[in-house]
Parts: sequence; C-alpha cells; structure tokens
Amino acid sequence: MSDARSEILARIARATSTGSPSSWEEIPRDYRQSSTASDRELVDLLTHRLHDYDAQVVEASSSDAATAVAAMLKAREVSRIVIPPGLQSSLLPPGFNFIEDTGLSHAELNQCEGILTECTLAIAETGTIVLQNVPGQGRRAATLVPDYHLCIVDAAKIVATVPEAIERLNPTAHLATTFISGPSATADIEMTRIKGVHGPRFLDVVLLLE
Amino acid sequence: MSLQPLDPRTAEIFPMAARHLLGDTQLRKNVRHATDVIQNKRRIVVDEMPDWQELRESGKRLREHTMQHLREYLEQFERNCTAAGGVVHWARDAAEARQIVVSLAKSAGAKEVIKIKSMTTEEIQLNPALAAAGIRPYETDLAELIIQLGHDQPSHIVVPALHKNRQQIREIFRREMNLPDLGPSPQDLADAARLFLREKFLTVPTAVSGANFLIAETGGVCVVESEGNGRMCLTLPDTLITIAGIDKVIPRYEDLGVLLQLLPRSATGERMNPYNSIWTGVHPGDGPKAFHVILMDNARTSILADAEGRQTLNCIRCGACQNACPVYRQTGGHAYGSVYAGPIGAILTPQLMQMEHAQSLPYASSLCGACYEVCPVKINIPEVLIHLRNKVVKEKSWADPEAIALKTVASIFRSERRFRAAQRLGRIAERPLVRKDGQGDGWISWLPGLLGGWTQVRDLQSMPKESFREWWEKRAETKGGSDV
Repeated sequence: MSDARSEILARIARATSTGSPSSWEEIPRDYRQSSTASDRELVDLLTHRLHDYDAQVVEASSSDAATAVAAMLKAREVSRIVIPPGLQSSLLPPGFNFIEDTGLSHAELNQCEGILTECTLAIAETGTIVLQNVPGQGRRAATLVPDYHLCIVDAAKIVATVPEAIERLNPTAHLATTFISGPSATADIEMTRIKGVHGPRFLDVVLLLE
Repeated sequence: MSLQPLDPRTAEIFPMAARHLLGDTQLRKNVRHATDVIQNKRRIVVDEMPDWQELRESGKRLREHTMQHLREYLEQFERNCTAAGGVVHWARDAAEARQIVVSLAKSAGAKEVIKIKSMTTEEIQLNPALAAAGIRPYETDLAELIIQLGHDQPSHIVVPALHKNRQQIREIFRREMNLPDLGPSPQDLADAARLFLREKFLTVPTAVSGANFLIAETGGVCVVESEGNGRMCLTLPDTLITIAGIDKVIPRYEDLGVLLQLLPRSATGERMNPYNSIWTGVHPGDGPKAFHVILMDNARTSILADAEGRQTLNCIRCGACQNACPVYRQTGGHAYGSVYAGPIGAILTPQLMQMEHAQSLPYASSLCGACYEVCPVKINIPEVLIHLRNKVVKEKSWADPEAIALKTVASIFRSERRFRAAQRLGRIAERPLVRKDGQGDGWISWLPGLLGGWTQVRDLQSMPKESFREWWEKRAETKGGSDV
C-alpha cells in the first residue's frame, strides 16, 4: 500500500491531466490596486472606518505623541501596560507602569490592563492595522491577552487598499502577521455585532501626522 | 436538536427533513432574521466597492488556476512550511485525518484541546473521535460553544448557531455554565463566554484549528476570525494542529489581496473581519513550539476529476449562498443532513459522498440562481446542481420506476393518437381524486405512488373538461370553418 502523500498526489495528477495549464501571471487583475487619495483623505478615511468599529482616534504630532498616549491611557483608566521590546521611548509618557514584554507568562500578560504598540501599516478602506513580530510591535500574544490595545499609527504607513497592503507586506511575508480591524467582536448572536469577546475589548489609535 | 453528528450517510432525505423543520416556526423566524441581517450588511459593503465584479472574476480565475495546478502548489506549500519548522501530514480520508489528529494530540500529552471553529473538523466528526480517545475538546468560537453546550449541530458554515435566538442561548448558558442570573442581552452572553473560556485559553497547551488559506509561495497559513478565540488558540498553546482540505491552498501571498477582500464582505458583511492571522511554520519566541498541518483529501480529488463538478472546490466558505437561498431561508441548515448546508452543501455534500449518499440534495433548489449571483468566486451552483441531478438519474438502473414512467410519457407525446387517448383516460382516472373549491375549480391534493412526489408540496389542478385542441375543432365545426 502506498503512503497517503503519494496516493493523493497521484490522484490529483490523474484528475488534472486533461485540463490545459495556465500561468499565474495570466490571471486577470482588473480590480483597483491603488488609489489616488491624498494623504489627508487617507487619514480621514481610516479615522472614519476605525470609528465604525467603535475605536477612538486622536491625531498628534511626533513631538507630542507621548502626551496623546497619556491622555488616552488616562481616559481608559489603565496603568499597567505591556510594551514590546524596541518600542520608541519617545512614545512613553511618565506616570504609568510600563512593563516590557521579555517573555511574560500567559498569567502575567493576563494581569496587565493594556498593551501599547506601533504597527507595520494601516489600511484606510477597511480600518485595519497590521502588526508583525518586529521591534515595537512584538509577539502576537501580547496584543491579545490584555483587555486594551493602544496602537500608534504613523500617517506615512497608511495605504488605501488591501492589495497595496499585501504588496508592501510581501517582502516580510514570513513574519508572524496579524490584521486587526477594531476590537474583538462577534455577530454570532442574532447577527448583532457585539464588541469584545476574547481579544481586547477596547482598541484606540493615535495617528501621528508629520 | 440532535446529539448525533450531521452525517449524510444516515440523514433523512431532504424533503422529509425539511417537512419536519418547516413546522418549527421559532427556527424559521431565527433563520430568516439572521439571514436578512447578513444580506443587508453584505449588500452595503459590496455596493461600496466599484470593482466588485473585477474582484469576483479574479477570484474565480485564481481558484480555477489553483485547481488545475493543485499538485505543484501543494508540494510547494509542503516544502516551504517544512522549511519554516512546520510538520506536514497527508490524509486520504476522514478516518485517516482523525487518526492523525488523535495520535498527535496524544503524543503531546493532551487531556484537553482548545478548538477554533472549523467546518473541516465538523466534516470529519473530529470531536467524538477525540472524546473516544479520552481527550476533551473545547469549542471556543461563540457559535460553536453554543452548539457544543446545547448538544446541537451547526446549521450554517459561518454562523453555525444562527438558528438559535438570544433567549434560547441564554437558557443553554444558564444551564451549562451554571449561571442562574445570566442576563439576556447579546453582550451578557458574550461576556459569559469570555469568562467561561479565559482560563482554558491560558492553560490548555494543545489547540486544533482549520485554515482559510494555505499559501504555497511562503508555506504560511491564514486564519480569518472575529472574536480573538482563534488568535488565542493559534498563539498561546505549545502545540498547534491545523487541518485543511487540499482545496485550501492558494498560489502566492499576493493572492490574499483578492481573497481578503472577497471573503469578509461576502461572509459577514464587514469591510474586514476583526482578526486575520498569518503564520509560517514555527516562530521562535512567538506562539506554538510545534506546528502540524494535515492536508486532507476526503473525496476532494474525485471532485477535481469531474470537469463539471470541479468548480465546487473553488469555494472559500463564505456562506453568502446560504443567506441568499430561498430554500435554506425556509428550512435552515439541519434539513440538509450535512455540516455543509444550503446551495454549496447541496453540491458539495453529494460529491464528498461520491454520489452514494445525499442524492436528494441536488433537488433541494429551485435553480433561481441567487447563489450564483452572490458567490464571490462565481461558482455556477445551478449548473453544478443540474449536472449532479443528471448523475443521480444516470446512476439509477433502467428498471427504475421513474425511468420507465418517463419512457412511457415520451412514447405518448410522440403520437397524437396516444396523446388524445391519454387525455381521455386521465379525465376518467382523476375523478375520484378531484375536490372542488369555492370557485368550482377542481384540485387534486393527493396522488398515489411515485406521482405523490408532486402533490406532497402542492395541489394539482384537475384536467380541463375539454382541451384547447378539442375546443378549436368544435368551434371550427359550429362556425363552418370561417376565418377569424
């Protein structure tokens, strides 16, 4: 008896022997690959979409980023905040308990009230922020277990469409990558979107202009 | 509600199952409400896309290309996933897939596993197999948790508990989670699920998931979800076991640019679902230390071998066809006797059964085409339904009563003499069955034997006293054949 792998591959070879081969490049791609929106329009669209997901958004300049972070954290009443290794120190306001994630246990993560990260990019049309395991963004569990996620989005990292995002991510496709569109949610009960099931129930964004 | 898993081999035929479920007015109300809501949301986010038809066309061609080159893409995925630290397994059928999952979980020392919603694991009835091996599976998707705690079966591929309303869910949670004071709002219910599963997420070291896409070019896997239960299962345990049909492979990372637009808008009517996770093998210091992926055939290659049925494999499991289907919207999913219900289930299930079971499903459709219109990868479901009906008929023997009856009818229609004789005979034969309504029209509500299939769901009007032909001839006689 042959092994499962060769048997399945042989079945596929038989099943596909008659069709005509095509190349991946021949697949038509007449959908929008990019957009002509201005930087300001992208910021506004992203903000609108994030609001749709019940995320709060504030704009700040790079020089007063820490002040904006402090205001958000204060408004949400969180003080024990995980930060990934490599997060820019200029983002951290004084007066909060920032705990660097140097391999915290699940239970320790669960004791923290929030997580502060940067992001790789943001997609305006869908209100999505994309995180990868790089300095300033960290491992996946850290942005998942605490109940609050505050994300710093540099306006230069906003793209309009999903295809643009995928194109930009392509060179780092091998990294662990998470697309986040609003706080954790479900529509499993009568198709009502309910915020917050297992992931962070609250997501806010500080948009850095300049 | 049934303790038995939905199994096309033992399920009641569709018209009988549907008849029972149509009597459940609460279920019909729940299904109608949920499918109305999703359809409205979907319409809004699809209408805002000026290039939706172009995306659909790309999606379709992308899936067709993948199926034609399935072998090379699977081999490429295997190579790249292995190079990134994953372990790839192959399973010819459901039994082999179950056996691999159970033995992997056992060698990881698992007494419990946490699970992401996966229709593939429902297809192979994994949970009973795990339980039989002494491993307790915890469903972590809210809908799957409702199904598991309610000893119920999934009725929709995206929203498996859409046949339950909030009061029914509240009763299940009150009873099974021992929460007598649980409130009735969806938020209360979601909070209860959060508390119920939190400790499991933090402590159970083995997880089982399905997959939305396997990326051949990178060896990566993509899972699309809403609640974060998926991310919990994908990142907190030490061992992750992912099971995917061989049809889930996509050629390149770039293809996500198409599919991650088509899927969320079609499935839940969102511009993007809350979370998409993409991982490639094992990431040191981030997530599981051991990653296994099982590539399962389970009759998919037999679908691939059928030129007309093959497009069934292009499905990306969005469930839009279920929400749009006038039959599904009346019966709900359980009538289909399979975890894959609705139009996609009507074509997928019989083919997964290699046409040996579920032969009534290709008839569970009015061929209205609503499913084709909403399908994000343009699967022509009505075309496949007709193809499968043809297969069902061909597989019946020549001595089949329906085949004999249709041959007789053909012979009657070929001869004017026989046709007239049949009409006269019909008028005499129907007499005992006809009952008059208020307007004096005759109706037949019961026919014997094979003909009963017609009157099971509708009344038949009695034959007219005189056919048009007879009237015309009589008219010509009385008017002396003058011109009109």
